[in-house]
Formats: sequence, structure tokens, C-alpha cells
Amino acid sequence: MTLLALAAAAIAAYAAVLLHAEDQRLIGALIVLGFGTAAAAAKFGLLSRLGQAGRAHPRLAPLLAVAALIALILVLREDHFALLMIGTTLLYCVACWGLNLQFGRAGVVNFAGAAFFGTGAYTTAVLAAHTALPHWLIVLLAGAVAALLGSLLILPILRTRGHYAALITIAFGILFKTFLEVNDALGGPQGLKLPGFTLFGWNLNDNITVGEQELSFYVAYIALALVLAIFAFLLVRRLEHSWIGLNFDAVRMDELAATTFGINVARWKITAFSIGNFLAGLAGSVQATMLGFIAPNNFTLSDSLIMISIILLGGLGSFWGVPLGAAIVLILPEKLQVIQEYRFLLFALLVVAVLLLRPQGLVPRAQRSFTDRIR
Amino acid sequence: MNALLHCRVLTRRFGGVTALDGLDLSLPRGEILGLIGPNGSGKTTFFNVLTGIYAPSSGHIEFDGRDISACTPQQIYRAGIARTFQRSRLNLELSIFENLMIGNHKRLNSSLWFNLMQRGALAAEVGAAYTEARELMRTFDAPLADRLDEPMAGFTMIDRRRVEVCRALISRPKLLLLDEPSAGMTHEETRALMDDILQARERIADLTIIIVEHEMGVIERITDRCVVLNFGQKIAEGKYREVAQDAKVQEAYLGVESIHEG
Ligand SMILES: Nc1ncnc2c1ncn2[C@@H]1O[C@H](COP(=O)(O)OP(=O)(O)OP(=O)(O)O)[C@@H](O)[C@H]1O
Ligand SMILES: [Mg+2]
Repeated sequence: MTLLALAAAAIAAYAAVLLHAEDQRLIGALIVLGFGTAAAAAKFGLLSRLGQAGRAHPRLAPLLAVAALIALILVLREDHFALLMIGTTLLYCVACWGLNLQFGRAGVVNFAGAAFFGTGAYTTAVLAAHTALPHWLIVLLAGAVAALLGSLLILPILRTRGHYAALITIAFGILFKTFLEVNDALGGPQGLKLPGFTLFGWNLNDNITVGEQELSFYVAYIALALVLAIFAFLLVRRLEHSWIGLNFDAVRMDELAATTFGINVARWKITAFSIGNFLAGLAGSVQATMLGFIAPNNFTLSDSLIMISIILLGGLGSFWGVPLGAAIVLILPEKLQVIQEYRFLLFALLVVAVLLLRPQGLVPRAQRSFTDRIR
Repeated sequence: MNALLHCRVLTRRFGGVTALDGLDLSLPRGEILGLIGPNGSGKTTFFNVLTGIYAPSSGHIEFDGRDISACTPQQIYRAGIARTFQRSRLNLELSIFENLMIGNHKRLNSSLWFNLMQRGALAAEVGAAYTEARELMRTFDAPLADRLDEPMAGFTMIDRRRVEVCRALISRPKLLLLDEPSAGMTHEETRALMDDILQARERIADLTIIIVEHEMGVIERITDRCVVLNFGQKIAEGKYREVAQDAKVQEAYLGVESIHEG
């Protein structure tokens, strides 16, 4: 338990220093230090001890993560840019947990993650501009529209296998961006502006003052993203430790055997696909309101590939792999300008290296322990 | 209406190959039927057609008073037919318990609401299923019953075979299809496995079994009756001792492998 708490504190402190640092040499040194520490911890069995501790106290790790995150946000309270990165990372976690449900669990590839993320974003922009619906409802609707759009795609995906299903999603992702670009009602290539977000009468764009302290308005959006992440966390965790999680596994591993035992392959692929797209849509919605501005260029095939690399880096089907993968893929290039330009090359190399050296990902998926995790 | 299974002129073609050719077969409840024949004679195809993986090209299957010729594999499993595969199809990354629960699918509640929101009831269902899985596993192999949470990949051939049979049995099917359960095992192991199956059968009233087997000792010992296939056609039917003497059967096996007792 103390081990887990120490690890959470260390990670939060490290993240605070890294996110706050400006000097490029310092950042480079910090990144090397981070990877070095992780490698050393793995070598001396510290990581597996951490994993054991996490499994022994399944409720503690998520609580610590939330606590560490809140501490981090408070430390960085005035740093707009750092907070934006944290918010984006959180929202990508939500989307990638969704995609991991599809790809890592039910075995449905989806190379159009950014398109579903974008569906949520555009739905939000349109509904916020043209309707008087309460904004919390718009977020939910954005998720629902993304899931609905996915159900159009699921039919051709179910009819094809393997590479062809992947190609269909790639085509869809490209089509989606092109559709946005030529559609003037949706702002064309210039995109759309969003009004500030109001939750129960409170405008999230107002800076928050607590006593003497002024907090960046991003803190409010991060809080919203955190609520979303907790929701996604509970959803994914409960699915995993249930018969449904087992059905996903059965469908992914051996469709014929699953069918023989009455498991309806199509039903579970559709379920995973819809829930995944719903989460991506939710995340896209909040991302759009946080940025205040969206354009087709935010939702390209490269962005979908970024989501896939997050999943592959973290580990297929892995839960904690997603936040780690997202932090590496999203934050490092923003901080280290030298790699900005080469970031795609770098991700490609990183993913290949991980697949070769650690095919299960940086944080391999934990075995399901049915009996003591439910409730 | 005592027959559990009734097949009439069942045929299945793959392109030019007629893997199953006008098979007529009637199976009384509670019988253990041996299905034998040289390689490629259509035994596995028969299982695949019975379980709905391949639709019959023509002919009818009646199971438990119902025509299942056009049913999906899901419907057929729910109607009460479960099987093992010639080449093991366990999920090696999953634990014994998880593999067993895949076979138990029809008795588990898979609704989203139940699984996500009624966690207490789910926990109770998991607990009950766990106890039941352990009991069934114990009739096969006591030590295995205490290792239900270990991944399948760490187990030996015979243990995997046991789990595969249990996966088919746990849903309490009416008809169990065993496709070469002895493949890759020694005589001793085969004997032990067969004894386990017979013992488990005591606990499931009226369990009817069709077993495909190349090991003739097994067939002789446990079957009530045999059907011999060759090129998808039934060439003989009767007690093992009778069909083993049959000239057509001996001819079919000649040059492929000699029929032996052991
Ligand atoms: N999916 C398929 N596509 C094409 N041909 C097939 C298919 N399945 C089976 N066959 C053919 O049907 C015939 C019967 O095969 P089957 O597997 O049923 O034989 P078997 O009696 O189980 O043989 P074995 O003892 O070797 O297991 C063979 O000629 C085989 O090539
Ligand atoms: Mg066969």
C-alpha cells in the first residue's frame, strides 16, 4: 500500500516538474531520467511488486491516481499550456479505453478513432450553436451520435475479416474528414467555433478564484474530463469483470469455438464497437468545448493512428497501459521540440520496438480475476 | 418418439467433394454411439453439420422432436448439443474457469444491465458457477479442481482434454459430441479420460454421446453401437464386434490402417 502511494506521489512529482519545465536540455534530461528509472524499476522487480500491490488493493490504485492528478492540477494551476495537455491526455484516455474495448477485447479493429472523436466534437459544436439543450445533455448526445454512426459501419465490418475490416475503417476515417472539409454548413476547412461551456449555470470559461488564488479556466475542463474518465474507468472495469468481458475474449480469440457455445459473435462485436465509439464521442465532445474551436484537421487519419499507437504502446486490452501510452505519445512531443517534427517517425519506431521487445505492451493486460473483483 | 436424434439422407458437399453422402441415422436417448471410418470419411463434417457450423446441402436433422436443419449454431447449442474439437480449441490465455464458462454460456446472464448494474447478483451467479465448475472438474481430476484460476497454457495435454470435455459438459447438454478425445494421449491417459466421462455421465440423466475415435479399444469398451463411414456414406452399423467382422469395413480400412483391437 505504501509502495503504491509512493509510486503515485513520485509520478505526480515527476509529471509536475516535466510539465512545468521549459529548458529543452532539462526536459531531455528529465525524459531520459524517466525512462531510465522505469527500466531500472523493471530490472529490480519493483514494477512487478507494484503490479502485485495494485492487484491486492484493486480499489486503491484508481483512488491514488485521482489524488495524484488533483495534486498535479493544483500545483500547475496557472499554467494554461500544461493544463491543456493534461486535459487532452485525460480525454484521449477515455477515447482509447473505448478503442481498446473494441480492438483489444472484442478484436474489432478501428482505424477511425479520430472520426468518432470528431463526430462527438462536431455534434457538440452544432448542437451548442443551434439548440438550447443543456450542455451536459449535449455531451451525452455527442457520444450517442458517435455510437449511432458506428452502427452504420459495423455491418460491412461484420461481413469482412481481418485486413479488409481494417481497410473499411481507414476509408471511413478519410471520408469523414473529406466530408467535413467540403461541407460549408459545418464550417468547411476552417471549422467551427464553440460557445463557452455552461454546466448548471456555471460558465466553464470563467477563471476560478478560490480565496486569493486564481485558477486557470482549464481546471474546470479538466474536472469535467476527470468525471468522464472516472465514468469510463468504471464502465470498462465492470465490463472486464463480468460475463460480457469474457464473451469479448471468446469472440476475439476463437470465433468458431465461441459460436459453438452459443455466443453470438455479431452481438458482442456490435456491443464493444458501440460502447467504444460512445466513449470516443464523449471525449471528443469535451475536447471540442475545451479547445473552443474545431477543424477537420484535428480529426485526420494520423490522429486515429496516434490512438492506435497509444493502445499498442500501452498493451492491447491493457487498462493502465492507456494512460501511460497517452502520456508518452501526447506529452513528450509537445515538450521536446526537437522531436516535434519527427514525431510520427518516432512513434512508428517506438511501436515497432515495443512490439518486438515487449509484444504485450509496456503494461501487459492483467489476468481477469473473476471471483474477487466483482461488486 | 424415443429417438433423440434423427438424420435423414443428410448430405454435405464441398465443391466436388461429397463429404457426407445421404446419411440416415437414428439415435436413442442415452446411447453411446461410436462413429468410425478412415481419414477423410466425413466424421468431423457430420459433427460440423450437426452443430450448425455447416448447413446441410440436403437432408434433415431432427433433434429432440424439433427440426434443426436450418438452425444457427447458437440455437443448436441452446437446444442441447455440445461438442469437443478434434484439434483443441481452448483459449490458452484464459483460465480453466473462464474456458468452462464459455461452455456454460447459455446458463449465464449476459445482459448489459445485469452485468453492469446488478453487481451483487452477478457476484452470486459467479460464485454459484464457480462451485459447480469445481464439482464437475473434481469428477475428472481432483487436483485440477483447485487450479481453476490458472491460465490454460500451463497445463498438459491430458488436462487440457479434460477441460475441453468439461467445457462441453457443464451446460448439461442432451447430446455430447466427442471428436477423437484420445488424440495425442497414451493408452493409460485415454483410459482414465474415458472412465471420467462415463462417471460424469452418471450425473447427467440420459446423456447421449457420439464419439469419433481411431482407438478401437475405446470404441469396443464404451460404445453400445457403431456406425462406420466411408467416403461420407454409412457402410455398416451395429455392435462393434459385428462391424469389425464386416467385409466392407475391413476393405475400407485396408491400406489406410488395419483395424486393431487394444
Ligand atoms: N471446410 C471444408 N472445405 C472443403 N472440404 C472439406 C471441408 N471440411 C471437410 N472437407 C472434406 O470433406 C472430407 C471429409 O472430411 P472430414 O474432416 O469430415 O473427415 P474425418 O472423417 O473427420 O477425417 P479424420 O479422421 O482425418 O478426422 C474430406 O475430403 C475433407 O477434405
Ligand atoms: Mg475428423
